[in-house]
Amino acid sequence: MTALVIAEHDNASIKGATLNTVTAAAAAGGDVHVLVAGHNAGGAAAAAAQIAGVSKVLHADAAQLAEGLAENVAAQIVALASSYSHIVLPATAAGKNIGPRVAALLDVAQLSEVSKVISADTFERPIYAGNAIATVQSLDAIKVLTVRTTGFDAAAATGGSAAIETLAAAVDSGKSSFIGREIAKNDRPELTAAKVIVAGGRALGSSEKFNEVLTPLADKLGAALGASRAAVDAGYAPNDWQVGQTGKIVAPQLYFAVGISGAIQHLAGMKDSKVIVAINKDAEAPIFSVADYGLEADLFAAVPELVNAL
Amino acid sequence: MKVLVPVKRVVDYNVKVRVKSDGTGVDIANVKMSMNPFDEIAIEEAVRLKEKGVVAEVIAVSCGVTQCQETLRTAMAIGADRAILVETDAELQPLAVAKLLKALVDKEQPQLIILGKQAIDDDCNQTGQMLAALTGLPQGTFASKLEVADGKVTVTREVDGGLERVSLSLPAVITTDLRLNEPRYVTLPNIMKAKKKPLDVVKPADLGVDVAARIKTLKVEEPPKRSAGIKVADVAMLVDKLKNEAKVI
Repeated sequence: MTALVIAEHDNASIKGATLNTVTAAAAAGGDVHVLVAGHNAGGAAAAAAQIAGVSKVLHADAAQLAEGLAENVAAQIVALASSYSHIVLPATAAGKNIGPRVAALLDVAQLSEVSKVISADTFERPIYAGNAIATVQSLDAIKVLTVRTTGFDAAAATGGSAAIETLAAAVDSGKSSFIGREIAKNDRPELTAAKVIVAGGRALGSSEKFNEVLTPLADKLGAALGASRAAVDAGYAPNDWQVGQTGKIVAPQLYFAVGISGAIQHLAGMKDSKVIVAINKDAEAPIFSVADYGLEADLFAAVPELVNAL
Repeated sequence: MKVLVPVKRVVDYNVKVRVKSDGTGVDIANVKMSMNPFDEIAIEEAVRLKEKGVVAEVIAVSCGVTQCQETLRTAMAIGADRAILVETDAELQPLAVAKLLKALVDKEQPQLIILGKQAIDDDCNQTGQMLAALTGLPQGTFASKLEVADGKVTVTREVDGGLERVSLSLPAVITTDLRLNEPRYVTLPNIMKAKKKPLDVVKPADLGVDVAARIKTLKVEEPPKRSAGIKVADVAMLVDKLKNEAKVI
């Protein structure tokens, strides 16, 4: 049995989610190979070869693979699939885009957002926004999985010395092309990889207040910034800051929920955090039912006070 | 051109589901069912394209039990012109739904198929991508903006860290993210009008599709409960607890 992990990368380096995916793949499928499909991606392939537990890196390099277009990357994976028992992707925007396309081309089901590997064919995954956990068994010969990175430890990024094999690249589908990308540039850690997250809700009242109140706290703690759906809907924070069922799933060491009431869809995205702090002036807010430390207070006074105390 | 919009009947967004005591699933007897919220966004987008004159006909499709007709009537109240129900009592997994939809795409030849990115019951996020694979069409998932022109659709996609834009040749498969649009409220006159719109019913066998499950659910459990901690009196106590008890700062 061998599992193929589809690396998430920016051609120069490997993204952190790949490391958690390697751990999940090792638990499910024994031997682990990693596919780096990109363009001028020698750096990413070399980094993949160093991940502990990886025995082979497959490197396909071509212009049509540069931007991770689902049509071309899926074709690349399908060409390799018959040699593998498992194909494993991180449940990130890129992994979720490509995984089901691969599964359907192979005429197999996909198991989405796997949070635990029980055996080679049996897995746990959350359903209904995490309000239930299903144990599911795949009846297909090839198991295609996306894995929730918060459910698996990161494999060591160094220590391995896998051979790198160069593959012929899949041809361009000719049906899709990449136009551009606007990725917010900042010095903060990535939301899904951050050790500390400061998240704000609708109680912040405006985008100015959101930044004015939460940024100093995030700066002090070296934290990523997150938001509830209500705050994003109100335009206080960008879309990709949304934590919850249909946004980012996070599990940091420390999660500050500031002015967030705690709808079940939000809790679904953060309740696996190690320590949760809730600051809210509503004593009945559901967020207090999952918080390790609840502070019933006006956030506009409490947060600046907290920044000074740290 | 035609647009096909698949919609799913799911447990309403506001219902907190309970796991059945025998561990076979969640209890959905007598709970409120609604259209999957992402699918409502998909219908709304298709109807707006029609209102702009880009699209001539919007066809809503649902796969599942007889009661999915209600979901299709809602889609027609938002503005879909007609509907097709692929009726079955079988448990349908995303691959089976994608195969049923492929059969309808072959028959109806839509230029765009717009689906919700994810159903809020099984949280799979698969059907659109699978349909694109089976039909050999390009896909624009997690869309926050669509522009149709010159035989192409430009899709702004929500990706980790920001936005990405891709251009797809038509026909294409799109899946909607939350902020593509805000669906309108359905009005009583439109609900009445929807009752008169055509709704065809077909069976999976009519479409020549085997809907057998590929994934077996062994059990369904409550997630581990996270118990509430303590309330702290003030900021000083919070900082003390984080430093000395939780040791996280």
